[in-house]
Amino acid sequence: MGRYIIRRVLWVVLLLFIVSAVTFVIFYTLPSADPAALRAGKSPSPQLIAQIRHTLGLDKSVPEQYWIYMKKLVLHFDFGYSFQDSQPVRTEILSRLPATISLTIGAVVVWLLVGLPIGVISAIRSRSFFDRVSMGGALLAISAPVYWLGLVGLYLFSNDIGIVKIFDGAGTYTGITDNVGRWFGSLLLPWLVLAASFAAFYARLLRSNLIEVMSEDYIRTARAKGLPERRVIWRHGMRSAITPIVTILGLDIGILLGGAILTEDVFNIPGVGHLAYEGIINADLPVIQGTVLFGAFFIVVANLIVDIGYAFLDPRVRYS
Amino acid sequence: MTPLLEIDDLRVEFATEDGVVHAVDGVSLAVEEGKTLGVVGESGSGKSVTGLTVMGLTRGRSATISGQARLDGNDLITMSDRDLRGVRGNDIAMIFQDPLSSLHPFYTVGKQLVEAYQTHNPRAGKGESRDRAAEMLTLVGIPDPASRLDSYPHEFSGGMRQRAMIAMALINEPRLLIADEPTTALDVTVQAQILELIQRLQADLRMAVIMVTHDLGVIAELADDVAVMYAGRIVERGPKRAIFDAPEHPYTWGLLRSIPRLTAPRDEPLVPIPGRPPSLINRPGGCHFHPRCPYVRPAHRETDPRLVPVGGDAGHQVACLLAEETRQRLWGELRSGALPEQARADVLEPEGEVTP
Repeated sequence: MGRYIIRRVLWVVLLLFIVSAVTFVIFYTLPSADPAALRAGKSPSPQLIAQIRHTLGLDKSVPEQYWIYMKKLVLHFDFGYSFQDSQPVRTEILSRLPATISLTIGAVVVWLLVGLPIGVISAIRSRSFFDRVSMGGALLAISAPVYWLGLVGLYLFSNDIGIVKIFDGAGTYTGITDNVGRWFGSLLLPWLVLAASFAAFYARLLRSNLIEVMSEDYIRTARAKGLPERRVIWRHGMRSAITPIVTILGLDIGILLGGAILTEDVFNIPGVGHLAYEGIINADLPVIQGTVLFGAFFIVVANLIVDIGYAFLDPRVRYS
Repeated sequence: MTPLLEIDDLRVEFATEDGVVHAVDGVSLAVEEGKTLGVVGESGSGKSVTGLTVMGLTRGRSATISGQARLDGNDLITMSDRDLRGVRGNDIAMIFQDPLSSLHPFYTVGKQLVEAYQTHNPRAGKGESRDRAAEMLTLVGIPDPASRLDSYPHEFSGGMRQRAMIAMALINEPRLLIADEPTTALDVTVQAQILELIQRLQADLRMAVIMVTHDLGVIAELADDVAVMYAGRIVERGPKRAIFDAPEHPYTWGLLRSIPRLTAPRDEPLVPIPGRPPSLINRPGGCHFHPRCPYVRPAHRETDPRLVPVGGDAGHQVACLLAEETRQRLWGELRSGALPEQARADVLEPEGEVTP
């Protein structure tokens, strides 16, 4: 197990190197605005642009730029400075993190609270009216794009333009340390919108898992032992059906911590995803690079945790 | 002696998208205390469904169940779910074909045994239940039981798993064990050990056993009485000796002729039963066995045979439309090595057979 973890951690490091290199290559290969020109302001002189290029280090060759970037990153954990406002990228990302974490954790709680009970009931009462309605609804929720759902949500419920003003502060983010009530109110709508498709997906997944598990031989054994049906479902059925869900939950959390770009943009939440979006718009390579690496880091770490966690969830899995 | 379990005209139907499956169609059986009833038949003959229905494990929206299954006079078919749970795993226990898939992969063997014990002994403490579980593992011949309790099923060998299943089934000392193909998934060498174990425990616990199997060898080893099932019905039943020495039903003949015997001459060919078991949705009319029966007469396609005593002996019954005398002559020819075609030509008149 120890050797397995060390090997996997080394893979994580290698993977992050590859991700950073690919981000660099894509930035310089695909057409993009000239960061120096963007920074120089209206009708700049060529000398000014050249000077800015020099300051930003853009006059060096691409491999050289990559080398300098990686050296700072590895030696000093320094993500460089934004081309646009010269802020250290590391600070920018860290200051955006609370909003992203708030959004992620709240949405996770919502989609588990909604998705899992629906999944269980639909599985146990499969083909019932409840099952058909909730699975039909789930299909709709999965199909609805988050930006559309978000805009509809804002249109209906936001505090200023909304028709029914029930979410205090929806559309304007407030930090949890500033005002817990407003923080909660401002995030409730984003949570619901972001959680909708996840809840639907988890409900469908749990339903199909549980239906499959409930036809297993060991469920028949549990019933043959004389166990009450509730215990058969929760202790024997759910124990097996929930395992793949835990895996996917880990990955989803990892992905969302890297920034829910669309949700953060629609609701104007100053999170990591929003930062990434701004970086792309401004051709701000250090910001793009930083947010991409950051997102990739969360995903591979979540992957690692899930794989290690699996050995504890399923006693048949042993890594060597 | 009143039987421990008496099944009376049991019918189980499943509604499926393709139609109604008549899985069990009027089965009547009885098992006496301490005795073993062998139920034999091909896959789809309804033998497993009969066992599962006695346990109440076929209850559900798609199943229609009628008839009776009385344990001590209490009907298990109409019993409430709650009462039936008190019987399951307590008075009647069941073991299954594949011990690996029948044990929960995520719980230790000990946990699963303890759960079986505590379900019917809710006041039993953790230590007591664990001791009882260890005791059961010892009883079924698993060495070092105290540490094996903490093993997971996948860490056991196939034979060990079935031993653990048996230990779990018998932990509450049931009076009836339903064994559904308990040796089918095991190595041949292990099969004999498991059968021996069941026999030993049966004697120790004075327990009745219903042995559901397609393997006549298992029946020969264990059973006191035998019921031969085909397409959801019992086509022949009687004491083991009668079934092996003087079988009356062409299907039983087919089963007996299709297994190799060490005592038979080497050049004696095995005679398989032609065809496949019928669909239980659209069953053949008349005798359900007629499409595969070498001795079929036109009338057999119309008339539905009932179980009737052989030679006035209520203990040995057969559901066959051939005349008793004809059957005895046919079996006489077959057991001396004749193929069904020869026996048929020798015994049957072209169209002269009348139904009894």
